[in-house]
Amino acid sequence: MDLTFSESERAFRDELRAWLDSYDPGSEPAGDEDAHYAWRRDFQRALADGGWAAVHWPVEYGGRGATIMESAIFFEELARAGAPLPANVLGLLLAGPTIMSWGTAEQKDRFLAPILTAEEIWCQGFSEPDAGSDLASLKTRAIRDGNGWLISGQKVWTSGAQYSKWCMLLARTDPDAPKHKGLSYFLLDMEQEGVQVRPLRQITGESEFNELFIDGAVASDGQLLGGLGNGWKVALTTLMNERAGLAFFLQVRLRQLLDALSAEVAAAGMLDDSGVAERLGEVHLRAEVLRLTAYRGLTATEKYGQPGPEGSLTKWMWSQTNQQLTELAAQLLGSSALRAADRWAYELLRARGNSIEGGTTEVLKNIVAERVLGLPRAH
Amino acid sequence: MRFELSDDHREIGRVARELLAVRAPMSALHEVAVTGEYDGALWGEMVSLGWPGIAIAEKHGGQGLGAIGLAVLLEELGYACAAAPLLSTATAAAAIQAYGAEEHRARWLPGLAAGETTAGIGSRDLAADADGAAVAVLIDGDRAELVPAPATEPFRSIDPARRFATVRGDGEPLAAGAADLVRAAIAAELVGICQRALDMTVAYVKERSQFGVPVGSFQAVSHRCAEMLLHTESARSAAYFAAWAADADRERLREASALASAAAAEAGRLVTGSAIQAHGGIGFTWEADVHWLYKRAQLDIAMLGGARRHLIALGRIAGERAAAR
Repeated sequence: MDLTFSESERAFRDELRAWLDSYDPGSEPAGDEDAHYAWRRDFQRALADGGWAAVHWPVEYGGRGATIMESAIFFEELARAGAPLPANVLGLLLAGPTIMSWGTAEQKDRFLAPILTAEEIWCQGFSEPDAGSDLASLKTRAIRDGNGWLISGQKVWTSGAQYSKWCMLLARTDPDAPKHKGLSYFLLDMEQEGVQVRPLRQITGESEFNELFIDGAVASDGQLLGGLGNGWKVALTTLMNERAGLAFFLQVRLRQLLDALSAEVAAAGMLDDSGVAERLGEVHLRAEVLRLTAYRGLTATEKYGQPGPEGSLTKWMWSQTNQQLTELAAQLLGSSALRAADRWAYELLRARGNSIEGGTTEVLKNIVAERVLGLPRAH
Repeated sequence: MRFELSDDHREIGRVARELLAVRAPMSALHEVAVTGEYDGALWGEMVSLGWPGIAIAEKHGGQGLGAIGLAVLLEELGYACAAAPLLSTATAAAAIQAYGAEEHRARWLPGLAAGETTAGIGSRDLAADADGAAVAVLIDGDRAELVPAPATEPFRSIDPARRFATVRGDGEPLAAGAADLVRAAIAAELVGICQRALDMTVAYVKERSQFGVPVGSFQAVSHRCAEMLLHTESARSAAYFAAWAADADRERLREASALASAAAAEAGRLVTGSAIQAHGGIGFTWEADVHWLYKRAQLDIAMLGGARRHLIALGRIAGERAAAR
């Protein structure tokens, strides 16, 4: 057991820190979502120029061939420096690795390079209005049409769709097959008549997410990934990648938020109240346990190719802790934290999505019970 | 960064799990509960494996495996819920090794390592295995003291498989950090207690049928089990961190030990309580064995001083650190 970074991990971190120090992102645009997105796109272009856009990708595709631990360090340092996530984060973390695993040589040639430079942005079209946690019951259809496919249906929770050139789209190609088996995975061109994007207004008032209305959109055979009827397996590759990458960025963001609350509470002299100290201590404990457990999961993944039982728990821990933290802030800071323009008001509302997005806590508990503990399938 | 047990440490755990499963089954606790006496032959085997001296330096007759070795062993002791003066002796020895004066080490460690003497651990009000011990290491908040030949008044606690007493007599202070090391060790035992409670519960709810299906297929039950895993793994992460800090980064031990204490106290209470609930009516019986875990957890949590004081300390640590930025 060694909870310090190795010499090569420190060297990686220091080189990245030096690069982040030298990059001036300019001030973060407030209020205007388009300007904010453009700012993140500029940041990714700079990362790509410096060779930092996709540290976890193999060198042959323009990455650094970084270890899993280095990849975690990358996201930790990004958050620590107050940098945003790169604009094409879904392309870098999900589409790229999925195409590397399942794509033909032509598909790799065509799609990977523009992901790195943020020239082509990607979004993810899995969830539907009637297929959230029960993803395999999705209804979007792809029908054979000459040499290609005609696709119709509706997707929801598609973040960044308004900026995207491509969509990782899961559609049903065989309505008669059992529900997991009739699916195929398309790389859908968003820039066509048959695809309409409508922003979805969230409880925070902003629109990170969209609805996608697809009506007779076309795709060629070259845009089918992993073969006909193999969509569920390909989608699992995407979902597996989803769980690994962002955790460390989010974990550091949570820590920064907790530090901000701790500083405010300390400055106000509230820590003399043991009740306040106890509740702050609870959140500090959970944040530290999350960090430690995430490192345990990473070590297991490095050694065995997959995390141990602890790996299934970190998303659940993170969402629970972030909600606990933002609610504590609202309670301790009083009405000022509930003013519409206040940072804590935003964080409080945004955190409600944490236990729903990327797998609801209820579904995660089912997964833990069935796959980790080996309990019978739940009713 | 490698946050996992080394092969050597894993092997210690494996050997302990196997031996204790055979030599210290829970069925044996029923007899200990009646007689109030430990099984001397079991203790003899522990001594012959060098367990009391796991964290004692080789020059004093121990194995020199540090706080991590101690944590792995105590996790297994907790898992078996075994009746033996091992938590007390091995932990007191580790504290004397790391935080005692040289004369303390020379005087106490060889005898403890050889199993010729035993030690007590805990506080003045609640000391485990102090009766008849050659020495006791007692903690009170951040302070720790060593009490030679402790004068004791034994009492029966709700855990009849461990012998408790109050302690009188003069003590000699141990260096700062000793109390944190002691709590890190108790937290490790709690991790094992939680793991056993979880394993027993998972096995039971797979087996037990109601309404024609295993009760583990009901989400009210399976989600409870998932939460038991969450708490157990949380406590394990914190307890391993504390053990590592005790060996490799003593400046972080105070915080790491508070994290481990709070996480283990919380997990110990929730997981062993949940185990009784998930066992249903049978869980409330003396025969079902889950109660041993609940009882030992309650006493361990009391020796840690409860979760609250550690959470308050952690809240103040977080505040001071953020304010200093």
